[in-house]
Amino acid sequence: MAKMWINMGPQHPMTHGLWNLRIEVDGETVTNSEPVIGYLHRGWEKMVEDRTYPQIIPMADRLCYGSSYTWSHVYCLAVEDLMELEVPERAKYIRVIADELQRIASHLMWLAAIGPDLGNLTIFLYAMRERELFMDLFQSLCGARMTYNYTRIGGVRNDTTPEWERDLVRTLDFFEKRMVEYEDLVDRNVVFRMRMEGLAPLSAADAINLGVTGPSLRGSGVDFDVRQDDPYEVYENLDWHPCVQPDCDVYARYRVRMDEMRMSVQIIRDALKKMPKGPVRVKPPRYAPEGTGMARMEDPRGESLMYVIGDGTEKPFRLKVRSPFFVTLSAAPVMVNGCKVADVPSIMGMIDVCMGETDR
Amino acid sequence: MTEVTYLTDAFTIDQVKEKITSEFSSDEVKILDKNKPRRIYCTADKDSILKLCTFLKDALNFEHCSCVSGVDRIDCFQVVYHITSYANRITIEIVVDLPHDNPEVDSITPLWGGANWHEREAYDMFGIIFKNHPKLARILLDEDVQFFPMRKDFKSGGL
Amino acid sequence: MTSIDLWGGMDALTNWLMDDVLGALFNWLGLHGLADFLMSDTLGTVIMLLLIGIFVFIVGFLVDITMIWQERKMLGRLMDRRGTMVGPLGYFQNIADGLKTFLKETIIPENADEGVFNLVPVLYIGTSVLLLGTLPLSTQWYMSNSELGVLLTFAIFCIAPFVILLGGWASNNKYTLIGGMRAAAQIISYEIPLFLAVVSVIILTGSMNYGDIVAWQQANVWLGIPLIIGFIVFFIGIIAEAERVPFDLPEAEAELVEGWGTEYGGFRFGLMMLTDYFRGYAGCAVVVLLFLGGWDGPGFIPEEIWFLLKAFIVFAVMIWVRGALPRVRTDQILSIGWKRLLPLAAINVFIAIALKALGVF
Repeated sequence: MAKMWINMGPQHPMTHGLWNLRIEVDGETVTNSEPVIGYLHRGWEKMVEDRTYPQIIPMADRLCYGSSYTWSHVYCLAVEDLMELEVPERAKYIRVIADELQRIASHLMWLAAIGPDLGNLTIFLYAMRERELFMDLFQSLCGARMTYNYTRIGGVRNDTTPEWERDLVRTLDFFEKRMVEYEDLVDRNVVFRMRMEGLAPLSAADAINLGVTGPSLRGSGVDFDVRQDDPYEVYENLDWHPCVQPDCDVYARYRVRMDEMRMSVQIIRDALKKMPKGPVRVKPPRYAPEGTGMARMEDPRGESLMYVIGDGTEKPFRLKVRSPFFVTLSAAPVMVNGCKVADVPSIMGMIDVCMGETDR
Repeated sequence: MTEVTYLTDAFTIDQVKEKITSEFSSDEVKILDKNKPRRIYCTADKDSILKLCTFLKDALNFEHCSCVSGVDRIDCFQVVYHITSYANRITIEIVVDLPHDNPEVDSITPLWGGANWHEREAYDMFGIIFKNHPKLARILLDEDVQFFPMRKDFKSGGL
Repeated sequence: MTSIDLWGGMDALTNWLMDDVLGALFNWLGLHGLADFLMSDTLGTVIMLLLIGIFVFIVGFLVDITMIWQERKMLGRLMDRRGTMVGPLGYFQNIADGLKTFLKETIIPENADEGVFNLVPVLYIGTSVLLLGTLPLSTQWYMSNSELGVLLTFAIFCIAPFVILLGGWASNNKYTLIGGMRAAAQIISYEIPLFLAVVSVIILTGSMNYGDIVAWQQANVWLGIPLIIGFIVFFIGIIAEAERVPFDLPEAEAELVEGWGTEYGGFRFGLMMLTDYFRGYAGCAVVVLLFLGGWDGPGFIPEEIWFLLKAFIVFAVMIWVRGALPRVRTDQILSIGWKRLLPLAAINVFIAIALKALGVF
């Protein structure tokens, strides 16, 4: 067969969003590829320049449907950096707990998505079933299931209740038992292993140079986690370590995410133990000073960064979003070239697609 | 847990600042006195940015380009680089001013592949030209769009 | 043992219809020539064969939609959800879905090769339904009782990948083209081990007639026990033959949208879905006939029921496999077929020859 270009997207089961991976195939082998994005571009960064600082929090939630909490969190961190605002200790712990809950929920959605990518629907329903528990936890914490609008500049909206903390502990215990079920279904399944091991090698040097962050970077054996190397909130007080796998393949990326879910459970348990009593919110100034603020944190998909410029008014002069998937996607050709057409969905699914944050 | 070491020696913030000031004149790179943990803030001249970045990468272990942002300051354009070092655990923020009528700066994509799409986005949104970029084309907007929407003189019409 | 006498029953029905109803009616009307024609043996034989065909198809169709229901319900339970919910135990969901596809528009792509494009569903569905005619349900319930029944079944089975390749090509779509090519790549990987497993059965039983094979198993032992390796190879091969997960490469929905069937919409899609289950049923039936004793079983239940029961159990295993495994890759199915299944099938043939030569059976 002669070489031909195929558009995998924008409407394609592989994409999990709205983007297009143009691949050149020689029979079944991918010889060249080019991601095309922009189908979901909403002009987010332009829109927020017409809004006041508190109004942007719910908009930051809408950057990513999979992990909306982390985006409003990183926005608040950036604005607090600009306003030089100190957040109460208890609010920091609550933010960490919500962050890790969001990480588990997001990773569960990723786990759900890789099942259909590889041709098995069972893991999809199992992971979605447990994600529901975490959605319920968020619902009883802040009243919303997907776009939470929970952080505030200077704290969080409301305190947790003892009942919620009890439910949280129960859910975590239950979830740890269910994790074993996923590993039985995937790790001990020879066909899953066959499809994932040794696939799409991304060396540590390549991953660092291409700006890949998050689980994909740690799956290449680089011990970098923003929570550890540039700690925000209270991560330096908690008992945890980043999850690293040295194998550089798709299976290593899978293992990193599975380990991270366990690690998140550990972080939440530790944070619940160490959480002090006290207020959860301070009042922020209405007008931000002139200057710049920058915050970054470990999103479920990698390093998310927001850079905000204040000009003394109640609206930001400029707000730049660094989306982790935006950068990881630019490295897609390195991973995809040379593999088979059948592997493209599993490779792209394994780096956890979220187009809302990518196109903004 | 397998720990992978790929890095050599690490530098502290003061060492990094000292090395930069000894390598570059104050016209080329100016370090601002804004002190926050694990952060360095500096401004650079637009002609020396590539030299500074090469120095950062090769001599000071700054191996990750976090972000490249374009800013329209109305009287001038700015490009803001956030460059991270895994080994030193430092993020350096470099602000480069560009004249409004001729926004051109050297691309840092040859150094860090991760800067590729950030620079394309800055071109897409602000019209900032990055010289020696491998493919400076529209990324989020269509190829045939004639304007640069993030410029302050482009009115959003109250979105 | 009891079984339903299909041929005898149809003969009686034809006689009653032709002689006692129609013949008598036209005689009474005075049209004696027409009545004689209707009561002639030649026309009676033709009508009888038609009726047998219709009955075999109706039973096959009922088994087919029951298998779709079984798959949807059981797969649902495996995935911790409810499965279909329309009607008693969700049985009528298939009928609702089937009626829905009737109402859809038939779309033919502009640049498709229209003649071949239209011919492919006919060939695919036709050859798959034809499989039902080659499979006996019991000693007396069969449509054809050929001496070369096994060969006939597999000859018909093998037409489909060729048809899939044609369909993928004629649709003039890159996804369908890759799907069609995959069907061609897949067939060369599993057909040879599959046939070698059948060869071992033929060596032991000395016949290619399903009735004789089952009779041999009733007299001796179910062939799945001495030829356990061949049974496993055959089962894996028949999953690939029926194009079910994990070997549904030609219609891999994750990367190829719907593979070779991407451009077939509406009622054609519905019929092809139905046809996939005809092939699934035929595969299960062959497994039961060759390795699980066919309609062999305690005599208080009719042989047909035993047969169908075993077929449903084999299909349940296929559903279980589908619930647990993801899809393999094209190069992986080739390596499974050539490096794993083929040596195993060869060993199995040696075992069969040894058993025959040593006079164990």
